[in-house]
Amino acid sequence: MTGTQMVAQTATRAEVCVVACADAFRGDGEILASAFGTIPAIGVRLARHTFSPDLMLTDGEAYLVRGTWPVGGPAVGDVEGWSPFRTVFDLVWHGKRHVMMIPSQVDPFGSTNISAIGDYRAPKVQLLGVRGAPGNTVYHPTSYWVPKHSTRAFVPQVDMVSGVGNDRAAAAGPGASRHHDLRRIVTDLAVFDFQPGTGALRLASVHPGVSVEDVAVATGFPLVIDGDVPVSRLPTAEELQLIREVLDPKSLRDKEVAP
Amino acid sequence: MVDKRMTEAEVVSRLRSGMTIGIGGWGSRRKPMSLVRAILRSDLTDLTVVSYGGPDVGLLCAAGKVRKVVFGFVSLDSIALDPHFRAARQSGSIEVAEYDEGMLQWGLYAAGIRVPFLPTRAGLGSDVMTRNPDLKVVADPYGGDDTVAMPAIHLDAAIVHMNRADIHGNAQFLGPDPYFDDIFCMAAEQAFVSVERIVPTAELTAQAHPATLRINRLVVTGVVEAVGGAHFTSCVPDYDRDEAFQRDYVKAAGDPGTWQAFNDRYLSGSESDYRKAVAARAQEVLA
Repeated sequence: MTGTQMVAQTATRAEVCVVACADAFRGDGEILASAFGTIPAIGVRLARHTFSPDLMLTDGEAYLVRGTWPVGGPAVGDVEGWSPFRTVFDLVWHGKRHVMMIPSQVDPFGSTNISAIGDYRAPKVQLLGVRGAPGNTVYHPTSYWVPKHSTRAFVPQVDMVSGVGNDRAAAAGPGASRHHDLRRIVTDLAVFDFQPGTGALRLASVHPGVSVEDVAVATGFPLVIDGDVPVSRLPTAEELQLIREVLDPKSLRDKEVAP
Repeated sequence: MVDKRMTEAEVVSRLRSGMTIGIGGWGSRRKPMSLVRAILRSDLTDLTVVSYGGPDVGLLCAAGKVRKVVFGFVSLDSIALDPHFRAARQSGSIEVAEYDEGMLQWGLYAAGIRVPFLPTRAGLGSDVMTRNPDLKVVADPYGGDDTVAMPAIHLDAAIVHMNRADIHGNAQFLGPDPYFDDIFCMAAEQAFVSVERIVPTAELTAQAHPATLRINRLVVTGVVEAVGGAHFTSCVPDYDRDEAFQRDYVKAAGDPGTWQAFNDRYLSGSESDYRKAVAARAQEVLA
C-alpha cells in the first residue's frame, strides 16, 4: 500500500474539509486571513504552517500572532501586530485580507445571507445581522464555509443579501465590482468555485465518498458543472499529523462535521 | 477644572424619551451595563439605539424601551444570538436600520467630524441598500467609482464603559481593544462615561502608555464610577465576561415566566441590589 492510499483510507470528512479550506488561502501571500468556524480556523493555520507562510492571523481578539497553536485555546506565539476592530475595518477596506465566512443561505451566484430569514419586517428567524459581509465582499477576497450542505443553505434566492454575489456586484457597477473577488465555497460535501463569464457557482470537486448526485440533491438549484468533477484532494500524511497532533488534538473538527 | 462625576440616575435624568442613544463596547464586551440597567429602571421609552449590539440591545428591547435599533449585528459572542433582540425582531415590534459594521463606524465618524456623509464601497450590491432606501449612491466628482454616501449618525447621547478615568472625563481603556467608544462620544451631543475606577489624573499614565487615554475630557459630559459596571459583559483586564451568568440570561429569556423571575431577582432593584444578587448567585454556585 502506498502512502497516499493509506491516507485515503484514514482521512475523515472533516480533515478533507480542513485541507479544502486551507487550499482556499494557497498563494494568498502576505494578507490577513480571517476564518470563521472551527474547520476554517484549522485550515488557515495549516496553510500558514505549510504552503502559505506569509499569512497573518489574529488571536481572535486584538493581536496579530505568529506561530501555530491548537483551536479552542489561547493563541501561542509572538505578537507581531495590534489589530483592534477599527484596524481590521481599515484592513478590510485596504484590501489585503481574505475572509472565510459561514453563510446561512447561498444563492446560485454567491450572494449570501447572515442577517434574517423570511419577511424582513418580522423575520421568521433573526440571525446575526449583515456584520461586515457587505463590505468584505466588495473590498477583498471572500470565501465561504458551509458545514451542513443542504437545500436550506443553497437556495434559489437569499432573503437578505449580506454578502454580495457576482451578479449583484456586476449590476451595481465598478464601485462594487472593482475589488469584488469571490473565491471558493467549501461544504461538508464538496467545493465550489465560480464559472468565469457567468459568475455562477460551479462544482469544483466532490469529497471522497460523495457523488455529484448527492451534491445535486442537497442543493436547491441546478448545479453548474464544467466537464468531469474531480474528487477533493486528501490531506498528505504530514498535514494529517499536523491536524491531529498540533492544530486540533481535541478533535473539535468532528463537532462541526461528524466523522 | 470641572468635576464631572455623577451617578447613573443623574445620567438618566439628562436623557429623554425619543432620543437617539449610542452605546459603546462590542457584542458582549465592555458594555455600559450599569447605565443600561439605570435606563431599564427609568420611564424612558421610544429610544433609537445605535450599537455594535450585545445584551445592551437585548435588555432594552425586553423592557420595551426601544423604537428602533441601528446596528450591524447583535451577538453575545460566546453565544451567537441575543434572545430578546431576536424576539423583538421576529415579532416585528421594533424598527431597524441595518448597516455593514464599517458603514456604522463611518456614520458615527461623519457625525463626529461634522460632515454630512462619508463615501464607502460597503453596502453596494447588498440588500443594505434596498432595506435602507434613503441611502444614496453618489458619483465621484473626480471621475472615479460611485460610492455609498453613508449619512452621519447624530447621537443625542452616548454611553460607554471604560476601565479608568479622572474626574474630568479623561478616560482610559486597559484591555486589548478600544472598540469605537471615542467615536460614539464624538458623535454625541452629550457623552457619559462609566468606569471601573475614577483615579487622580497622574495615576492614569503611571503604568500605562498615554495612547490608552482614548477619550478626552472635551467630549465628555459626565463620569460615573461603576465598579462591575460592565457586568455580565467583559471588561478586561478588570474582569472577564461572566459566562455562567450570560448563560442564565439566555436561558431565562426562553420563557416569560423565567424571564419575570430573572427580572425580579436581578433588575427590579438598584445597582447595588444587582451587585448583591450577582454575588449571592455566585455563592449559590459555589455551595
